[in-house]
Amino acid sequence: MTIRWFYYAAPPNFYALAGRLWPWLAALAGILALAGLWIGFGLAPADAQQGEGYRIIFVHVPVSWMSMIIYLAMAFWSILGLTFNTRLSGMMTRALAPTGAMFAFLSLWTGALWGKPMWGAWWVWDARLTSELILFFLYLGYMALTSAIDDVRRADRAGALIAIVGAINVPIIYFSVKWWNTLHQGASVSLTRSPSMAQIMLWGMLLMALAFWAYTLAIVCYRVRSLIIERERHADWVQALPEVAGVKS
Amino acid sequence: MRWESWSQFWDMGGYGLYVWGSMGVTALFVLLEIWQARIAHQNALALAATEQQDKP
Repeated sequence: MTIRWFYYAAPPNFYALAGRLWPWLAALAGILALAGLWIGFGLAPADAQQGEGYRIIFVHVPVSWMSMIIYLAMAFWSILGLTFNTRLSGMMTRALAPTGAMFAFLSLWTGALWGKPMWGAWWVWDARLTSELILFFLYLGYMALTSAIDDVRRADRAGALIAIVGAINVPIIYFSVKWWNTLHQGASVSLTRSPSMAQIMLWGMLLMALAFWAYTLAIVCYRVRSLIIERERHADWVQALPEVAGVKS
Repeated sequence: MRWESWSQFWDMGGYGLYVWGSMGVTALFVLLEIWQARIAHQNALALAATEQQDKP
């Protein structure tokens, strides 16, 4: 099966595709989250060291992964945008940024609520925490810069530079627990060795991670449609949309 | 099910504030984001609709 990539790079076609996709992705996110929460809070036993407090893992690890993955996705779309000069790339990058910022904040928030009972501190200036804080600021910087430039295509290009240059921070976050001596523990799950946690806990965490993946894809599909309408509002195809005519009447 | 009562469930072995503070704020942010995205979509549709009326 061949996918016509450039066909979907055209905003009218992607608008229709995203409109078909987002309700399914949203439903999938809901089902996965319910399953993950059921396993995480209903079936998984207490942790030997941390008791019930470890259950923060079912949200902390997924939101932290998403905060890094979304930034890489922004860098990916930015490279495509600068290379092919496609309009959709900038819109995808912008649609991703608020969700990424939210996940970076939630990573810090849930981390603080986990750090306080286990380490005795809400915050420490350790490599993992500090590099995640920088990621949060990179998201805010991207959003502030792109919204400060009136010409949207120029704003997209300026934002693309932040997204691409800032992406260097993502491997720094990921490997920070190896490269530096940090208070934050190492990875519980990695591709190169078997996970260092009980099967049932791992399943709960992976289901929650998949739920946030589906949620992110759904909200980005939804948000990019608003951006497409806003930017292409002069085009005949937008004016011909039944939902636009519906608002007018 | 491994909980004997609801109060035990909410207490989370003494970690209730931390566990539910994490889950609750995450759920709140997700709901706020969905709400914000809906408003942004309606605004975009309204903007496109006024555009049409400007045309001769």
